[in-house]
Amino acid sequence: MAHKEPEIVVLPPNTEKIKQLWRVALILGIVTGIEFVIAFTLPHGPAKTFLFVILTIVKAGYIVGEFMHLRYEVKVLFWAVLIPMIFVVWMLVAFVYEGTKMIPN
Amino acid sequence: MDHSTAAVTHEKGLWDGGASPMGISYGKLMMWFFLMSDAFTFSGLLITYGLVRSSNPAWDPALGEFFFSTAHWPIPEKVFDAIPFFHGVEAPLVFVGFMTFVLIMSSVTMVLAVEAGHRMDRAAVEKWMLWTIIGGLTFLSCQAWEWTHFIVGTDTPTVSEVFNVKTGVWDKINVFGANLHINQYGPPAFADFFFFITGFHGFHVFSGVLLNFLIYYNAVTGLYDRRGHYEMVEKVGLYWHFVDLVWVFVFTFFYLV
Repeated sequence: MAHKEPEIVVLPPNTEKIKQLWRVALILGIVTGIEFVIAFTLPHGPAKTFLFVILTIVKAGYIVGEFMHLRYEVKVLFWAVLIPMIFVVWMLVAFVYEGTKMIPN
Repeated sequence: MDHSTAAVTHEKGLWDGGASPMGISYGKLMMWFFLMSDAFTFSGLLITYGLVRSSNPAWDPALGEFFFSTAHWPIPEKVFDAIPFFHGVEAPLVFVGFMTFVLIMSSVTMVLAVEAGHRMDRAAVEKWMLWTIIGGLTFLSCQAWEWTHFIVGTDTPTVSEVFNVKTGVWDKINVFGANLHINQYGPPAFADFFFFITGFHGFHVFSGVLLNFLIYYNAVTGLYDRRGHYEMVEKVGLYWHFVDLVWVFVFTFFYLV
C-alpha cells in the first residue's frame, strides 16, 4: 500500500537574516577583543571592573536579544524575563558590598 | 418571570484562555521558565564568588612582583596563563579566550540551524547541528585540559603552612596544583569556586551536547519533517544560547575581574 509522505516545501535561505546573525557574531567578537585589550592595559580597580560589567551586559544583550530572539517577542514575555533579573543585580551589589566589610583587619 | 437575564456580550480577552498571551508555544515558554530558574542558580554561585572574593584581601602591588599565597586572592590572569603544547610559555588568558571564541561560534551555528529549521531545510539543519556539536565537544575538551592543568599545577610549588593536628605545630609544605582542600594559587575557596562554577557550567555544556545530538539524530531520521515543524531545534537552541550566555558571565567574573 502506498504510504503518502507529507509534502515538504524547503524555502530558500533568508540571506538578510543570516547576514544579521553574522553581524551579531562579529559584534560579540569585537567586544570580547576590547575586553582583552582592557584586561592588559588598565590597572586593576573599580573602574576596570565597572567597564567589564558594562561590556558583559552588552554581550548578554546581544545573545539574549538576537540569538534567543527575545527582542522580537511580545512585550509581556520580554519584561517577564527581564524584570526578575533586578533581584540578581541587587543581590550582587549587596553581597559584594557586604564582602568588603568582612575583611579581617 | 420576574427576572430577566441581560445578554452580556463578553469580549474574550487575551488572558481568558484559548490564546497564547506570551506569543510563543507552551514548550518554548517552559524552556524560558527553566532558563530563568537556571539563571538564578548560576547567579547564586557567581554572587557567592563575589562575596567571598571581596571578603578576602586582594593582591597588594606594594609587595612587589605577584606571587601565589593563601594570604591573598590571586590575580586570575596569573593563574590561567598556560596553553597546550607550549610548556613554560606565559600566555595569560589566551586559552580561555579561545574557549570563549569556540562557544560563541557554536552559538552562531546553532542559530543558523534554527533559521534552517524555519525553512524546513533538513540538510542545512543537519549541517549546522553537527557544527554546533563539534563546537561543544571542542569546548569540553579544552575544559578538560584546563582542569588537568589547574589540578596538576605549575613547575614551582607554593610553600604553604598547614597545621599538624598530631604535633600541634604549623608544618611548611610544598603545594602543587589544586584540590578542594588546598591549592597553590590562593585561599582554598578560590579553587573550590573554580571547580564548582566552571564544573557546573561544563556539565551544562555536556548535557547541551547530548541534547544537540538528540536533535541532530531526530532531524537525520526525518522526525521533524514528519512532524511538520522544527520547533525542537528552537527549544534546544534556547538552552544552548543560555549556556553561551552563562559562559560570558563566568569569563568576566572569574577570568577577567
